[in-house]
Amino acid sequence: MGWLIFGLLAWAFGWWINHRLSDRPATRATRLAVPTIFGITIILIWEALVRGLEISPVLLPPPTQIAVTFAAKSDILWQDFVQTVIKGALTGYVLGCGTAFLTAVAIDRFPFLKRGLLPVGNFVAALPIIGMAPILVMWFGFDWQSKAAVVVVMVFFPMLVNTVQGLQEAGAMQRDLMRTYAAGYGQTLLKLRLPAAMPFIFNGLKIASTLALIGAIVAEFFGSPIKGMGFRISTSVGQLALDLVWAEIVVAAVAGSAFYGAVALLEKRVTFWHPSQQGRS
Amino acid sequence: MRNLLPVLTIVTAILVIWYAAAVALNAQWVRDQATRAGHELSLPALVEATWSQDKPKLPAPHQVAVEIWQTTGAMVLAGRGFSKRSLFYHSWITFSSTALGFLLGTALGVALAIGIVYNRTMDMSVMPWVIASQTIPILAIAPMIIVVLNAVGISGLLPKAMISMYLSFFPVVVGMVKGLRSPATMQLDQMRTWNASPAQTFWKLRLPSSMPYLFTSLKIGMAASVVGAIVGELPTGAVAGLGARLLAGSYYGQTIQIWSALIMAATLAAVLVGLIGLVQRMTLRRMGMA
Repeated sequence: MGWLIFGLLAWAFGWWINHRLSDRPATRATRLAVPTIFGITIILIWEALVRGLEISPVLLPPPTQIAVTFAAKSDILWQDFVQTVIKGALTGYVLGCGTAFLTAVAIDRFPFLKRGLLPVGNFVAALPIIGMAPILVMWFGFDWQSKAAVVVVMVFFPMLVNTVQGLQEAGAMQRDLMRTYAAGYGQTLLKLRLPAAMPFIFNGLKIASTLALIGAIVAEFFGSPIKGMGFRISTSVGQLALDLVWAEIVVAAVAGSAFYGAVALLEKRVTFWHPSQQGRS
Repeated sequence: MRNLLPVLTIVTAILVIWYAAAVALNAQWVRDQATRAGHELSLPALVEATWSQDKPKLPAPHQVAVEIWQTTGAMVLAGRGFSKRSLFYHSWITFSSTALGFLLGTALGVALAIGIVYNRTMDMSVMPWVIASQTIPILAIAPMIIVVLNAVGISGLLPKAMISMYLSFFPVVVGMVKGLRSPATMQLDQMRTWNASPAQTFWKLRLPSSMPYLFTSLKIGMAASVVGAIVGELPTGAVAGLGARLLAGSYYGQTIQIWSALIMAATLAAVLVGLIGLVQRMTLRRMGMA
């Protein structure tokens, strides 16, 4: 009973603080504080509910227990992180986005191909590509290579469609200006069209960053060596070791957010850099 | 229609590459068979053999097409269109959890969006977490959600639908928040000069002007729902549904079965997204927006 009252109090207190904070003019600090307080409140309520209602830890472990497991099993978590995120997801992400980018630049020279590929690419980007995972596991074996292959297939089309669209962004006036400067195809591409395409390219990179992690983890459900986050999740669920599963989820969430954040940060740097460079030339 | 020829070219190119890849990937096995039997293979015989294996590494398109026909059209003709071996049956299972999850996700998404637009506290505290929630690879914890919900006694359609819901609510929230905020200040002021209540402003201005945004989000959400339903079927032990067909196929090395399930899933996703597109065009035309 005490825990339930504590949870109720935490909810009321968190809501009250946030309400007061959001009524004040928005600054950097409140913008950061409000969601943080919201998150902490959720965790407190979770803890209170699990303890107060005596939910079995087999169903939903309390956050404190997850934290303890996280600390105790950090070597296993690190090993899984390297296997899945660094080897599987990151390799596939770089390969897939790289190939898609180069393909887009190549296709861009042929309007006929572009007109055909955009509808097909849009169609494929909406398909459940994750279903390719068992096939690719069959082709490339159980280790991280097959996971990287799944990621390549998953990120390829969103990235391709976005880059092709971005390369069309530069206006006719700007292209004409480049022509009056007697700029060749390569110069126009490097100095005008790629910078203009950057917002689209980064949109593709962001979508791909979340897809990459999902692809790498789900591909492990179809077969993997005895390490990796997907493997650990599916086997721990079988052993009802849900605290370990939640620890893996924390790792996945942190890795996913960090990955997305890194791309977003890079985007900010590049889009900042782009108008400044135009101003100089 | 202008794009018909280029699209056909690309599709033909994909088919040609597919056939060529089937030859390249399956050739090894055929050559091994030939050496074991002790006879030489001519090139046409090799190609012929790579396109007609039972468990090829990559089945040729016509093999997949035959398999799909046998598990759909042929079974309907035989009067067993809904037997457990029919792909229609499995598609129906996947479709039902997709549809339920999509409806739940849309409802949740619209509710959250209204809250975010009308309540500043919610805007500031919930919105960042909505975005953060999507960096969590939800598909990864699908097996856990299903096992846990099964343990609580919720089984069947709902656990799978929950995963679809989680995947589809996000595009709806983002799109609806954008859409509900799309009326210009001038239009909002106009509503105020008419002394419209907040409810009236919502029903007569904000909701109608959010429709184009809503439909775009619904399409993305629907595609995500299909993926969620398929992945949600994986841990249930390959009982029924397109995801189960994928898993069973990968257990027994039945590549043709995997590919046919994959193409069926693609068709399902395409049809559902196409349906939303149709509703979108009809609605927007009646509203005079398209």
